[in-house]
Amino acid sequence: MMDFAQAGLRRIGRRIIDSIWRMGTATRFLALTLLHSGQSFSRFQLTIREIFSAGVLSLIIILVSGLFVGMVLGLQGYETLQTYGSEEALGILVSLSLVRELGPVVAALLFASRAGSAITAEIGLMKATEQIAAMEMMAVDPIARVVAPRFWGAVISMPLLAALFSAMGIFGGYLVGVVLIGVDEGAFWSQMQAAVDFREDILNGVIKSVVFGVAVTVIALFEGYDAPPTAEGVSRATTRTVVTSSLAILGLDFILTAFMFSGV
Amino acid sequence: MGLLHRKTIQVSDILIEIRDLYFAYGDRTVLKGINLTAKRGQVIAIMGISGGGKTTLLRLIGGALRPSAGLLKVDGIDMSRIDHVGLYQLRRRMGMLFQFGALFTDMSVFDNVAFPLREHTDLPEEMIHDLVLMKLNAVGLRGASGLMPSELSGGMARRVALARAIALEPRLILYDEPFAGLDPISLGVTGNLIRRLTDTLGITSIVVTHDIQESLRMVDYVYFVSEGVIAAEGTPDQLRASKEPFVHQFVHGEEDGPVPFHYPAPSYTADLELAA
Amino acid sequence: MQRATLDLWVGIFVVAGLGALLFLALKVGNMTGFDSASTYTVRAKFENIGGLKPRAPIKSAGVVVGRVSDISFDNGSYEAVVSMKLDSRFKFPKDTSAAIMTSGLLGEQYIALEAGGEEKMLADGDSLKLTQGAVVLENLIGQFLYHKADSPQEADPR
Repeated sequence: MMDFAQAGLRRIGRRIIDSIWRMGTATRFLALTLLHSGQSFSRFQLTIREIFSAGVLSLIIILVSGLFVGMVLGLQGYETLQTYGSEEALGILVSLSLVRELGPVVAALLFASRAGSAITAEIGLMKATEQIAAMEMMAVDPIARVVAPRFWGAVISMPLLAALFSAMGIFGGYLVGVVLIGVDEGAFWSQMQAAVDFREDILNGVIKSVVFGVAVTVIALFEGYDAPPTAEGVSRATTRTVVTSSLAILGLDFILTAFMFSGV
Repeated sequence: MGLLHRKTIQVSDILIEIRDLYFAYGDRTVLKGINLTAKRGQVIAIMGISGGGKTTLLRLIGGALRPSAGLLKVDGIDMSRIDHVGLYQLRRRMGMLFQFGALFTDMSVFDNVAFPLREHTDLPEEMIHDLVLMKLNAVGLRGASGLMPSELSGGMARRVALARAIALEPRLILYDEPFAGLDPISLGVTGNLIRRLTDTLGITSIVVTHDIQESLRMVDYVYFVSEGVIAAEGTPDQLRASKEPFVHQFVHGEEDGPVPFHYPAPSYTADLELAA
Repeated sequence: MQRATLDLWVGIFVVAGLGALLFLALKVGNMTGFDSASTYTVRAKFENIGGLKPRAPIKSAGVVVGRVSDISFDNGSYEAVVSMKLDSRFKFPKDTSAAIMTSGLLGEQYIALEAGGEEKMLADGDSLKLTQGAVVLENLIGQFLYHKADSPQEADPR
């Protein structure tokens, strides 16, 4: 019995040490990426391709999800506020929920599963089919040419996607609350404007989405670059990207929220 | 047999010089004292059974690995002391053909061949356009310039990769199993191409392979790597005539010999008796 | 994909994203922060600020005329010192009074300024003399209970 517990503990310990070691390697990878970012801007066309890959191709899922989340917020919010006779605060509820939390977090989660996994798969496959090695043999730095543009493409796309998510969500809440249910339109917008502060709510939301963008992209790039060069290795790395990114987003969200919204 | 004309090139230039090369990976010594010489304009084959160290040797020559001990000089440069910048410069004089081509899948054939030109030169696009078509023509694929790598067969992909490898007019090309998995026609085409490029462009070619027929047909010299050392070497004719057991088994594809047929196992009777 | 089409889509995406950000900043939030307009600072001491927070609005006649910039404690008089940034466009007499009000029954607290009658106006750095602290609910309930405890004896005709 003791042996079993001991073996289990040892295994957990080893996994924790492995993860910490990996985090160190990933941080070094991030530093390398940033150092080699010169080409991403001098040859901006490279980054534009990646903005398309990460941003434009994620538009549909972001916009549709944003709309639905906003509509649900409108419905649920109305139900709850109605019991206190505060339906007019629906605008505040929808906008603050989205701008502060749901926009950055849900958009980042969707981004991780769509764009993050795509990045991991792409890079993992390039490594497995020796395209990265070929680039090195041709004296072209793969980090500068392949990794860094994807980093910047994704980091630029993330806050834009989060803003679009929030905007669609507010529109969704408006559709359900004002158009469908009949909450007063004027109250919806004016109360919202009075309650949502640019610096505290919107700017903080943008900062969050940038932080999430960096986290997701680094994880996606690292997992792809580090994946074993086999089909199984790449597919497992893709799954790991989505899982690790999601946990990182939620963990970082807690830390950032604690900093931003309680210690005023 | 051979309608390939082998020009006798009077070269005294040694491009690759290897003496007593050791390489260890962790605590496993893969190469234990390799001696090899390659002159300009030669096609050298490195053969041996899988896992014997051939690919490691190739990667050492290409600078992807650093020697643990011994001398390794490529184009006059000591590879154990080369720095980042030096390696970068050396690789622009070198080309490598990977086993399955390693073409960039998100670019067309044209863009793949143009890649080294665009990355390393400031040539205008019109000139690059002409150069690319010239290289593709040399491998017979000028008409395929608009295709994507996914639309190519294995043999064609490798030929495009070859065109890409010669884009910057290298002095040395390393081939990693160029004949693996090809049909007889593609085999012949590839073999001829390697020989012709070497002869016409004066390139040195190092071919890692275990295809006996094709390589003995067109190489100048062969090195056999087995268990980390050069087990045998010689010209194709010398090897065909060799009586040395290992060489004989390899050249004639014999089932049993120095490389045993049976994987190490306890005695047959003992195994059966246990089951009964 | 053709380079031109790629660039077009990326351009559309970036413009749409920035547009969404702009929409959020202007239509959803209020960017009419008093940090941009020119302001002058006025101080006031309160017995109890209740739940007043920095950046709380300062209203006069119900219109926002400024924001609370700083809240500190005067260790000598044991009172709260509130610094207020008022929009330079609005001038108030020197005998203006400040009271801490609550918007709605359970809403956030703000400062209400009631203009006085003096001719001289408040300048940057001045202090308000008349203040009324926040109404603390517990005190209110306590007053009510004590009042109720006293009144039955009065109202009882016996």
